[in-house]
Amino acid sequence: MAIVEEERPEPAVLGAPTASEPWTSVVHEWLTTVDHKKIGIMYVVMAILFLVIGGCEAELMRLQLLVPRNTLVRADFFNQLFTLHGTTMVFFMGMPILIGMGNYLVPLMIGARDKAFPRLNALGFWSNLFGGLLVYFSFVTGGAPAIGWFGYAPLTESTFARSAATDFWALGLIVSGIGTVAAAVNFIATIAGMRAPGMSLRKIPFFTWTMLWTAVQILVALPPLTAALVMILFDRNLGTHFFDPQNGGSAILYQHIFWFFGHPEVYILILPVFGMISEIIPVFSRKVLFGYEAMAAATAAIAFISLGVWAHHMFTVGMTRFQTMFFVISSLLVSIPTGLKFFNWLATMYGGRIRMQSPMLFACGFLAMFLIGGLTGIMLAAAPMDFQLNNGYFVIGHFHWVLIGGTVFGVFAGIHYWYPKVTGRKLSERLARWQFWLLLVGFILAFGPMHISGMLGMPRRIFSYEPDRGWAIWNQLSTLGAVIQVPSFLIFVINLIWSYGHGTPAGPDPWDAWTLEWTTPSPPPEYNFEEIPTVHSRRPLWDLKHPDDPDWQYE
Amino acid sequence: MNGLLLLADDVAAVPSIFRPVSPPAESIRYLSILVFAIAAVIFLIVEGILIYCLMRFRHREASEKEPPQIYGSRPIEIAWTAAPILIVVILVLVNARTLWDVTRDPPKPKLGDNTLLVTVVGRQWWWEYRYSSYNGKPLSFVTANELHIPVSNEGVPRPVFLALQSADVYHSFWVPQLAGKTALIPGRTNIMWFQTQTTGLYVGQCAEYCGTQHANMLQRVVADTPSDFEKWLVGQGKPAADDPAVAVGRKEFLSQSCVNCHRIRGIGATGSYAPDLTHLMSRQTLASGMIPNDPEGKNLRAWIADPQEIKPGCLMPSFHLSNDQLASIVNYLRTLQ
Amino acid sequence: MSEFAADSLIAESRRTALVGEAVGQAPSLTPAQWGMISFLASEVAFFSTLIVTYITSVTPGGPEPTPAILSLPLVIGTTACLLFSSLTIHLAERRLRQGQPTRFKLWWGATIALGIAFLAGTAVEWRGLVVEHGLTPSVNLFGSSYYTLVGFHAAHVTIGVVIMVATLFVAASRRLAPLNHAAVGLVAWYWHFVDAVWIVVFSVVYLVCR
Repeated sequence: MAIVEEERPEPAVLGAPTASEPWTSVVHEWLTTVDHKKIGIMYVVMAILFLVIGGCEAELMRLQLLVPRNTLVRADFFNQLFTLHGTTMVFFMGMPILIGMGNYLVPLMIGARDKAFPRLNALGFWSNLFGGLLVYFSFVTGGAPAIGWFGYAPLTESTFARSAATDFWALGLIVSGIGTVAAAVNFIATIAGMRAPGMSLRKIPFFTWTMLWTAVQILVALPPLTAALVMILFDRNLGTHFFDPQNGGSAILYQHIFWFFGHPEVYILILPVFGMISEIIPVFSRKVLFGYEAMAAATAAIAFISLGVWAHHMFTVGMTRFQTMFFVISSLLVSIPTGLKFFNWLATMYGGRIRMQSPMLFACGFLAMFLIGGLTGIMLAAAPMDFQLNNGYFVIGHFHWVLIGGTVFGVFAGIHYWYPKVTGRKLSERLARWQFWLLLVGFILAFGPMHISGMLGMPRRIFSYEPDRGWAIWNQLSTLGAVIQVPSFLIFVINLIWSYGHGTPAGPDPWDAWTLEWTTPSPPPEYNFEEIPTVHSRRPLWDLKHPDDPDWQYE
Repeated sequence: MNGLLLLADDVAAVPSIFRPVSPPAESIRYLSILVFAIAAVIFLIVEGILIYCLMRFRHREASEKEPPQIYGSRPIEIAWTAAPILIVVILVLVNARTLWDVTRDPPKPKLGDNTLLVTVVGRQWWWEYRYSSYNGKPLSFVTANELHIPVSNEGVPRPVFLALQSADVYHSFWVPQLAGKTALIPGRTNIMWFQTQTTGLYVGQCAEYCGTQHANMLQRVVADTPSDFEKWLVGQGKPAADDPAVAVGRKEFLSQSCVNCHRIRGIGATGSYAPDLTHLMSRQTLASGMIPNDPEGKNLRAWIADPQEIKPGCLMPSFHLSNDQLASIVNYLRTLQ
Repeated sequence: MSEFAADSLIAESRRTALVGEAVGQAPSLTPAQWGMISFLASEVAFFSTLIVTYITSVTPGGPEPTPAILSLPLVIGTTACLLFSSLTIHLAERRLRQGQPTRFKLWWGATIALGIAFLAGTAVEWRGLVVEHGLTPSVNLFGSSYYTLVGFHAAHVTIGVVIMVATLFVAASRRLAPLNHAAVGLVAWYWHFVDAVWIVVFSVVYLVCR
């Protein structure tokens, strides 16, 4: 053992200049890299930067809504804030962070040296980043777009959205959408065609399976959004009439196209997280994932069904009763495979030996919170109930619950789990616990009361509210919760930076895990594996650690 | 907002979806409670299992021995797929029933039908109400921002049907105590209905982001006794009051560009873009519910002097009237009961 | 157990396979082929949106000019060119695989010519629509939908033609490395896809919704 310790080199310091390498060549290396690991890291860094920007937008909105008829922020600027906040968090934070983590991990998990198309990989990242910058560049027109993150026509037509800000918004999303589709193409080609010997599609790590279906959803859902944005740009700049009701155009067509994208989009934002949780819970419960095949089938079912639920975002537009019932049924149906996953996770924990280290702490936070978000989703799927709750603060409470309680908690679980692989050091457990509890308390306090103010009649996207509606106290609690979250995110960033230099050194396999990424050094060399391994089951390392009781004897 | 009277705190009950006064809102409340109950039970069971697992199976010391590896169980998977399917079936049935309850097709006006039909036109950032028929008799006046309806009595329902349209972008009509919300979409007409047995004021506001002042597109629905309502109808149907004492103000109004947008029936002002002012002083508020319409006209004067000060971004510009012009116009408008 | 578990896995791969266990896999498609399929799937989603938009936008009773002004003869000609070009590109691929570079270049060139003919015919048709019938993207909703749908398809044809010209250039060059047969196959897939989309667009615009 001692020999191995002496020989083991210090965890390689990622991309930092060495004595012989000037900083300019380090920058050049990162700017021109096609290595999936570096690109993955850049995606995550981009997402964290936009998270901070989007978070500032949120804090400003919450401060404005602290008291009724507040004058901290004027109406038009508030409307720009919620537009940018939604666009930023969905497109420039949520998707990039998941694509980035997938980018880093999937080749390692399947025993490949890189993604199928390394240069396309780089193009995808830089398009995503450039798209984000384009949207924010809209400030040069005198202000960001104030159209909401869905950008409903005809509010986005040039009659009502007079400045070119909306054009920047549409262009930015088209450009970043191209990058996202490129990333999806890459994931499918990689997972379909570059798996290690012995790794059939039924043996891939669960995170890889969910990334595969996420990529499929991206392929089907993003292009319609691109088409809708192109039509908006044409209406605004070429005088076409797609969404111009005075010339036969249909405002509601935009909604149908947008939500056909918009609903799969939220599954794009959660499926990778389901995958991460499915990696973490087994390792920290010391038990194999319960019901892998059922979970895999449920993932595919979710991907398919979620393509048929979009009009539950449109229950109040005046569809026929039968159209409405179709979407009630499909929306309720999609909760069944989702619930199945929940039960399987719990069954994995049941009878296990649970270690409550930071990845598992966040995973349990995910479980506790996502359940609630899912249940409020069922309420919104009940169309008559949605007639009251739609477009109000109840919806804001619901989707932040699933996006923060689900996606963000899950991403934090994943980052705490895989950070040692990426950097060679573990994150500080102490800071992680502070981050977790501050986030949990702040998050519940910020978004819980929104369910109440929504039920008391408070609609969304209002820069101020009347004092006699009884909404003030709930808004004040929300603002308090939003403020409490700020130190949580700060602690996370501090943890990332501090642990890079001072965290406990981690070897290749700090958590005693079972999938292929834990066989490489931490961080992995550029070529990932010296020799591509052969696998015989879903848990190659379990087989090696338990030669008397390997997985392939059971499944 | 210096010098303006703040809206008095006495009026509106909190517009809670759990204080319905109308059948559609009541049906939705019933459904909501049922769905909440189901969700609560699921929550307690699942969260309970989670907490149980965390407490029972937590291991602090590192252990060499791994627990038994359970790969899965088909019967269990079937069981916990079948149970949720059952719950979904129940939910679908209950939803269908409620949906049919709360949606109704609008009837054709018939004498003695006790039905009020109003066309609502959503405009950037105010509500236009075009009364079209009551009790089978046609009506033809237009008012703004305050919807008056008659209450129903025991045995005499007086339903209100709204035909919702938009002159510009999406809006949404939402008075939670009366009904769920329905969108106003340019190029199409949506129908909603409600009725109430309780007189009073019911508030709401636009529930679909429609631009800068979306937050201040407030709604007030006044439910009158049937006789009060009929008196109101008669008053609204009359042309504008013609008080010779304010003839100067009326002339001033007609000579300004006010008439390009505003209508006052009986004096030849036929603008259709802005609220109808024929019976301006019969309304409790100005600027779509933002400020009280005090009888002395203080708020009215402030509004006309500079609407952008009160509702920045609204579509009425300031006309930079002189004090005298302002005073005479306000004095005229104050007579329009 | 070794710090570097990969060592054991590597040793494993040199073992003979267990009975009944498949070691290694013979993928039916290469990663590049999966990539092209995925990309084409995203294009299906894109064009489907434009087609659905066209169908819902172009309803009878709209203002002039209406779809009645679309003339079939020219479009049947351009369609024939495009369909025939799918045949020629297939023949070109066959010749390449059979090791007949000159024949390959011939058929490939024919495909390019037919693609250009399609675009030329479209240009002539559009000129007629604009000048004789006053149909522009902004004149009415039919104009908006028509030019967007047919225009995006034509743009895809153009991109295909450009890629094919580049391929021909590589094939004809004496100094560049030999042509990558797999890449040629992928270009052919793209071209067939563009053709298939045209069949749908043509049917919807010129047959069903006229």
